[in-house]
Amino acid sequence: MVPLSYYLVLSGILFACGVTGFLIKRNIITIFMSIELMLNGVNLSFVAFAARWQQLSGQVFVFFVMVVAAAEAAVGLAIIIALFRTRETLNIDQVNLLKL
Amino acid sequence: MNITTFIIVSVIKTALVLFVLLTAVAYTVWLERKVVGHMQNRWGPTRVGPFGLLQPAADGIKFLFKEDLTPPHVYKPLYIAAPMLAVIFAVTSIAVIPFGNWFSVGNFRTPFQITDVNIGLLVVLGITSLGVYGVALSGWSSNSKYSLLGGLRASAQMVSYEIALGLSLVGVLILAGTFSLRGIVEAQAGHFWGFIPNWFIFRGGQFVAFFIYLTAAYAETNRIPFDLPEAETELVAGYHTEYSAMKFAMFFMAEYANMITVACLASLLFLGGWSGPLFGPSWLQQLLPLLWFFLRVFGFLFVYIWVRGTLPRFRYDQLMAFGWKFLLPLAIANLVVTALVVVLKP
Amino acid sequence: MLHLILFSVFGLVCVGGAVNLLLQRHPINSALSLVVVMGALAVEFLLLGAEFVAAIQVIVYAGAVMVLFVFVIMLLNAGEEERTSGSRVAWLLGIPAVLAGMVIVCWALLARSNAGVAAIGALPGHPADIAQLLFHQFLLPFEVTSVLVLIAIMGAVVLAARPESVERTKREG
Repeated sequence: MVPLSYYLVLSGILFACGVTGFLIKRNIITIFMSIELMLNGVNLSFVAFAARWQQLSGQVFVFFVMVVAAAEAAVGLAIIIALFRTRETLNIDQVNLLKL
Repeated sequence: MNITTFIIVSVIKTALVLFVLLTAVAYTVWLERKVVGHMQNRWGPTRVGPFGLLQPAADGIKFLFKEDLTPPHVYKPLYIAAPMLAVIFAVTSIAVIPFGNWFSVGNFRTPFQITDVNIGLLVVLGITSLGVYGVALSGWSSNSKYSLLGGLRASAQMVSYEIALGLSLVGVLILAGTFSLRGIVEAQAGHFWGFIPNWFIFRGGQFVAFFIYLTAAYAETNRIPFDLPEAETELVAGYHTEYSAMKFAMFFMAEYANMITVACLASLLFLGGWSGPLFGPSWLQQLLPLLWFFLRVFGFLFVYIWVRGTLPRFRYDQLMAFGWKFLLPLAIANLVVTALVVVLKP
Repeated sequence: MLHLILFSVFGLVCVGGAVNLLLQRHPINSALSLVVVMGALAVEFLLLGAEFVAAIQVIVYAGAVMVLFVFVIMLLNAGEEERTSGSRVAWLLGIPAVLAGMVIVCWALLARSNAGVAAIGALPGHPADIAQLLFHQFLLPFEVTSVLVLIAIMGAVVLAARPESVERTKREG
């Protein structure tokens, strides 16, 4: 038996790591990965709450989060490729102009 | 069954299955060399042992004692980890595959399977989808252009064909109504019209799904005609160009273990698993399913080799167009038709 | 007890992977540690009984999304990231803020928790039950996400395709 709050704390730690990565990382791919990490942390708390309230809807929400994450990754990576093609850098500090 | 017996039985089963799998891998290599040799009017291995039967052992010893070269510019942690990942993911998926019915001695009863989980098929799909990492990382970490091209091709190809592969299996899942591999085999028991076995390949247009599955699985395992990631005429040896000795052998083992997993899955999902005539005393009735299952797997492996001896390699754009523009729509159409058949059937 | 041990082991793997993602300079190492996090999370889902979610987590996240990430890193040959002044501000202000928020949330959860306990397999998420829910109660969101995915596919194709002008100059030039 594990107190549910442990699961929530774990999910919180993962989310905080994601936020931190989003703030301190300069490589745009790693920033994207930090977003995925945040979504994963949220998924864990969805599943934990589903177990707490005995409601499967919590697990269904995880699917929607995953679908949105997959769609976001596809579009985001396409943007990264388009960006790299024009700027030839992945460092977001150097991507500070709206046009070339 | 208490926890101690459970652990002991699991360890014994795991060791046994691993031993059989690795031996099967070694002898599939032998079989391939022999069959392809005969198809090309050669003899294949003949020198070591009768019919070259000890050739796999000789090869193993050779790989173990060869110098293990590490090129100077590789990214070492991933370079070493990649072949291990490939082999681990290839071998792990065998854990949920059932080989036969139940085995019982006295009061003791256990299935011919390491473990039966009710999401068995998803476990296999998940583990094989992780197999991409071995290939992709070896290509990237070798720091060589041929390896990198091979790794890029492999990851694009495997992700693309995984979709068609997964969709082709949904039809079977609709008919069986379960993810458990044992449950899927049990759903195929019996006959219809008196004599035709109730296999999924004969039902609801699943022949198309079978074709899609086999094609996509050939691409997933990087076999001819889809062996673009290691196309030796263009890329030297593709993603394992920079590997030698045991690390190279690990990629080889992973490829053949994946072939065996694919053959097992195809037999379980489409050809009724271990079903077959049972006769004789009760111990023989317990062991005969293993033989029928083995025969199907052997058949699939033979087809693998046969295809290799027959078909030329695709060009890369043809490969991608084939996967996305032909196999994927076909898989979706098959899914729709199967769903309609199931819904409209009284 | 067993549950607590398994939870802690895989929870530690999760946190270790997440921290490693932050510490590594090379994107491919970060991507691989994220794969580890996702694998360990799948085990945590299994512990809560969400077997189908765990399988989908491995297939979709670890097997497809992260492969895409690795593919792009390989394709663009991304190197180690450089340190710039922009990140120093984030280090100085962002990290303490995140840490403080984290501590407050953890304290609130642990000290005032009456959320109850979860046993192994607390809520078995059988595929059939999830499908019932997904295709009846959540049918509209399901269809809407399918439209979203379609738009995402088209967007990705349009964005990643080479602009025709570039193509033409290459061909002529």
